Amino acid sequence: MSVKILGKSKGFYDTYERRPGNNKEQTHYCPGCGHGILHKMIAEALTDYEVAENCIFVSPVGCSVFAYYYFNAGNIQSAHGRAPAVATGVKRALPESVVISYQGDGDLAAIGGNEILHAANRGEAMTVFFVNNAIYGMTGGQMAPTTLIGQKTTTTPYGRTLQNEGYPIRMAEIIASLESPVYVERVMMADVRSKNAARKAVRRGIKNQIEKKGFSFIEVLSTCPTGWKMTAPQSEEWIKSTLVQNFPLGVYKDIAQQVEPLDMSQNLATPARVPKLIGLEQDKVMIDAASIKLSETIDQEIKIAGFGGQGVLSLGVWLSEIGMREDLEVSWIPSYGPEMRGGTANCHVKLSREAIGSPLVTHPTVLVAMNRPSLEKFEDDVIEGGAIVWDSSLIDIEPKRDDIIRIPIPATEIAKELGNTKTSNVVILGVLAGYSDFLDPIVVQQVLPLIFKKRHLLEINLKAFQKGLELGRQLSA
Amino acid sequence: MAKQFVKGNEAIVKGAILAGCRAYYGYPITPASEIAHAAAQYMPLVGGTFLQAESEIAAINMVYGAAGTGTRAMTASSSPGFSLKQEGMSYLAGAELPCVVVDITRGGPGLGNIAPEQSDYHQVVKGGGHGNYKNIVVAPNSAQEMCDLTMLAFDLADKYRNPAVVLADGFIGQMMEPVDFPEPVEEFAEKKWAIRGVDGDRMNLISSIELDPDDLERHNQKLQRKYEIMENSETRFEEYRLDDADFIVVGYGIVSRMVHTAVDQLRIEGVKVGMLRPITLMPFPTKRISELAAMDHVKAFSVIELSNGQMVDDVRLAVNGAKPVEFYGRMGGNVPSIKELVREIKRMMRVL
Ligand SMILES: Cc1ncc(C[n+]2csc(CCOP(=O)(O)OP(=O)(O)O)c2C)c(N)n1
Ligand code: SF4
Repeated sequence: MSVKILGKSKGFYDTYERRPGNNKEQTHYCPGCGHGILHKMIAEALTDYEVAENCIFVSPVGCSVFAYYYFNAGNIQSAHGRAPAVATGVKRALPESVVISYQGDGDLAAIGGNEILHAANRGEAMTVFFVNNAIYGMTGGQMAPTTLIGQKTTTTPYGRTLQNEGYPIRMAEIIASLESPVYVERVMMADVRSKNAARKAVRRGIKNQIEKKGFSFIEVLSTCPTGWKMTAPQSEEWIKSTLVQNFPLGVYKDIAQQVEPLDMSQNLATPARVPKLIGLEQDKVMIDAASIKLSETIDQEIKIAGFGGQGVLSLGVWLSEIGMREDLEVSWIPSYGPEMRGGTANCHVKLSREAIGSPLVTHPTVLVAMNRPSLEKFEDDVIEGGAIVWDSSLIDIEPKRDDIIRIPIPATEIAKELGNTKTSNVVILGVLAGYSDFLDPIVVQQVLPLIFKKRHLLEINLKAFQKGLELGRQLSA
Repeated sequence: MAKQFVKGNEAIVKGAILAGCRAYYGYPITPASEIAHAAAQYMPLVGGTFLQAESEIAAINMVYGAAGTGTRAMTASSSPGFSLKQEGMSYLAGAELPCVVVDITRGGPGLGNIAPEQSDYHQVVKGGGHGNYKNIVVAPNSAQEMCDLTMLAFDLADKYRNPAVVLADGFIGQMMEPVDFPEPVEEFAEKKWAIRGVDGDRMNLISSIELDPDDLERHNQKLQRKYEIMENSETRFEEYRLDDADFIVVGYGIVSRMVHTAVDQLRIEGVKVGMLRPITLMPFPTKRISELAAMDHVKAFSVIELSNGQMVDDVRLAVNGAKPVEFYGRMGGNVPSIKELVREIKRMMRVL
């Protein structure tokens, strides 16, 4: 099983050192195999265009799995069918390189059907060589997606049938039906003329990439004398007489001349610029921790619940943001999973001087209930002596318990008077700041501008906060 | 640098970018999608690549390609998606390509649900794909660690040329906590093995094939040596109130947060219990656990997991019969309450 590639091109290594055994001069392909011929055409094109050293060759699983023995390029060997995905990762990282994805028909059209389709559809700026030999060569002549109806293989011993395996798949036509590919051609390796045409197609596929034109796809009807159980000349004959009848040659798509070169420029940020770019610069609001007046027994476990859209989760986040700036340990976690469906939402907030263990609040010190189901659901969980704040303009019942602090607030009503019902959660924030000893109103006022960046929103929310703060103070007095 | 109040899932992406990651390939899945959202937002801002792949299989292979060029690359998914990535993990390990994969575990098997579980321990820590390989695995338990351990994962991955997994769950991903973001990594060791599309690296090869049995055995032995070195120098864990503990609870990830609180409550009652939290699951703190098992004051262990009992196997191997090892687990996305944990720890302590 070895053929010498005559007149070795610079696109190949001088000797094939990676090839096991003593024979470092010849390829591992069977005599008359189309892979060897195609390899040579690719190597020549890489040499002629002087891009071999910029080429990264992604080899598949199949007989050409060892393409890296030969190509004097950067070589990456990939999993079965995944070469176009691997090539995508390579090309995106190194847009200036010439990336070749080389695949057989089992690799590309069966196991890798999804990867090739999407790489083509994205128009990845790579060149794909698709060796269609209508059989699985490497694994012992099994059926490929391109095997012909009636063709005998080791897994279709009575011939491929329409009923059992369906029609052979025509990849060039499928790929050409997509918008993005710029060049799709099917060629064959049968005689001098067809090989010349194939050579041209190979060159165009590579040239397109050098010119940043996008995705090129060259399907090559290729001999597999071993799998087909034929001699090399018989194989070429069979391509001409039979295979090509099922896979018509031709250019299926060519818009390479019409399309503009892709902008492949890369602008990787230096590490030093990263924090600014991803919003990690120091907060403008610096709070002097010494000025914060909080009680000693600060630990709060707060549950906030209501309809989605009432700003329940946001209120929790704000409490935590404020707590963080008061130099407390804080955690926030939303109700998570199926609970979130059906329009009700709740979140758990913990504020503590100590490191927080479990972020879950099972027995709140404070329950904020923004609708009736929330009050009903969580009232019993509140610790003895804890507080329940509820929106009395929306909830027509009252807590049943009398061992808790009851804080009815017509939050929605107040918000409506201020001209925006959405501010009801900020009214509650104000109440908590005015009533309790775990929020410092000064800190809250410094944090609000960070939350409401638009000026008109900030204005109305500052008013809502003020209103809540007054209410809270009155109630606590 | 800035302290920010962020979700664990976002902390992962910011940490990754600070660690120099410039390629993210992913496929949406709850509860990991926010990682993709954040990557889609931030990667382009630093000139990196964000691409939504056609599947998890494609995503991990794109990472394989990017990693092959020496780029710091990552992907993130949740359990069913990690199952699909297993093929790629094996190839990455075989080709010795560094990368970071995040698994925000959800309930299984099959489609299961989107609630938090720890049932991917086996498939992540034990390799999961084919062959004699292991992933580096870190298990954060806070938003801060989602950032820090993701950054560490990139460093370890590069240092050992091995894929690293950040194994977390939906809870830590969804949870918001203050994160003190560190300074960006400025210096990276040169990757001489990478394929950069330049003349000098044409003799390099990214591949997992070794046809010759002796070569493949040598390659595998090299991998095992790597894992051994990691065991000796990269094992990380946290101990809490173990000094006089007669009962040690072992838990990782979100469970460790619950156990922490339960231990505090039990200590108030005078119960001498402490916690050991593995921070790296591979390498696993085997040595430390066997040391503890040999101590007189330590009477027994228990392992608490959101699973059918997976990490408990490793604890049992480490304890090696020296002391009893009990187990308590919840599944399906149920998270035990502190009350429940206190009750169960007391129940398990009856072995004393
Ligand atoms: C996941 C996986 N499944 C199956 C195989 C076995 N396998 C190796 S090559 C191959 C078929 C290759 O056929 P084709 O792509 O037509 O290439 P050819 O050998 O004909 O060039 C198969 C099924 C594998 N390596 N990996
Ligand atoms: S089996 Fe077929 S495809 Fe494979 S090397 Fe031999 S002739 Fe070529």
